[in-house]
Amino acid sequence: MTEDPHRRRFLECMAWAGTGVLWTVSGGVAASVSLDQALAGTRRGARGAIKPFTFLQVSDSHIGFNKPPNPDARATFREAVAKIQAMPAKPDFIIHTGDVSQLSKPEEFDDADQILGEAGITTFHVPGEHDMLDEGQGKAFLDRYGKGALGDGWYSFDHSGVHFVGLITVKDLKAGGSGHLGDDQLAWLKADLGGRSASQPIVVFTHIPLWAVYPAWGWGTDDSEQAMALLRRFGSVTVLNGHIHQVLQKVEGNISFHTARSTAFPQPAPGSAPSPGPLKVAADQLRPSLGIRTINVVRGRQPLALIDTPLA
Amino acid sequence: MFKLIASSLGGVVLAVALSAHAAPAPVTIKIDNFTFNSPALVIPVGTTVTWVNEDDVPHTAVSDDHKTFRSKPLDTEDRYSFTFNSPGEYPYFCSIHPHMTAKIVVKAS
Repeated sequence: MTEDPHRRRFLECMAWAGTGVLWTVSGGVAASVSLDQALAGTRRGARGAIKPFTFLQVSDSHIGFNKPPNPDARATFREAVAKIQAMPAKPDFIIHTGDVSQLSKPEEFDDADQILGEAGITTFHVPGEHDMLDEGQGKAFLDRYGKGALGDGWYSFDHSGVHFVGLITVKDLKAGGSGHLGDDQLAWLKADLGGRSASQPIVVFTHIPLWAVYPAWGWGTDDSEQAMALLRRFGSVTVLNGHIHQVLQKVEGNISFHTARSTAFPQPAPGSAPSPGPLKVAADQLRPSLGIRTINVVRGRQPLALIDTPLA
Repeated sequence: MFKLIASSLGGVVLAVALSAHAAPAPVTIKIDNFTFNSPALVIPVGTTVTWVNEDDVPHTAVSDDHKTFRSKPLDTEDRYSFTFNSPGEYPYFCSIHPHMTAKIVVKAS
C-alpha cells in the first residue's frame, strides 16, 4: 500500500498531539471515532430512533504553550482544524472542552478563535483552569464564549433530540481540592434535568473529569457525585471532558465517561510520573503513541466501548 | 573610664535597636515538579517571601482565603513576592493546580 509521505508525516505529528474526537449519536448512544477514521469513511452506526448526527470534540489546545514537547501549540491546533475541514461530512457542531489558552491572554484567545474559526462550524466552549487566569478570574473567557450562559458559564441546549449540558468545573477551586461544581450549578442542573424524560439521551461536557481519575493530581471533581445522582435515572448519559490529555474511559451503569486528548501535549498516565507535567516524548518515541480510535457502537441503552489502538 | 564603658554600652543598645528594625533575610520558595519546595516555612514577622516558578507549566501562589495574597499566573522563571507583616499561619495553594498546597508560619519577633 502506498501512502502519501506528507500525509504520513502529518499523522505521526498529530497522533501524539492528539486530534479531535468525532462523536456520532445513533440510537441515543454517543460513540466516538478518531478523525482519521472519519476521514477514511469508516464511521459506523447512524441508525436508531434519534435523527443521526455527528459532532466533534476538541480539547486542551493550550494556545501559547511553547515548551517541550511542543514548541508551537498553535501549529498543532491548526493541523487539528485542517483535519476537521477535510472531513467528508461536516459535523453539526464542535465542543471545546477547555484550556483553550495557556495563560488566558487576549492574544491566545484571539488566535484560538482565528484557528478554530477556519473550520466554519459552530463551537460550544467550557473553560479549563488555564482559561481562568485573567485579572477577572474567568471574566475574559465568559465575555467571549459565555453569551447566553448562566451563573459562572454553565448552559444547556437540545440538538436533534439529545440534551447537551456544559458544566463549569474550574471556578473557585479550593486549596487541596480538585475540580468543583458548586451548589448553585448543581441546583441549576437539578432544575434543568428535572422535567426531562429518562429516555432522552444526555451528553454532559466539562473540563475536569467528573470521576476520580487520580485525585492526588487533582484529576477529579470534588462534588461530582451530586451531579451523578441527578444523571443516574437517564438511560443514556455520556460525559466528555479534557484536562488530562489522554484517552481514558469508565462506564458506570448507564453513564459513560470519556477523557479526550489534547491538541498541544500529552500528559503521563495517572500516577506514572512524579508530576502531571507535560510528557516530553521524543520525536523517535512518537510512533508508539500514534493511535487510531476504534469504536464499538452499542445500540439501545448500553454504554459504548471506546478503544484506542496504537499504530506501533 | 566609667564614661567610656557607658558610651560603649550605649553603642550596644543602639545596635540592638537597629537590628530590631532591619528586615529579616528574605526567603525564596521554589516551585518545581508541581510542588512548593517549603511545605511549612517558619519565618519571623516582616520577612519577604519570593516564589519562583521553575516548572515548565504555570503556577500561582494564592492564600487559602483568596485575599491575603494572590500572585498572577507565574510562567517559567516568573517571580512573585509578598511581605508577611502579621504573625499567624498562612496556608496557600496553586489556584491552577489546587492539589498543590503549603503553608507559611509567621512568628512574632
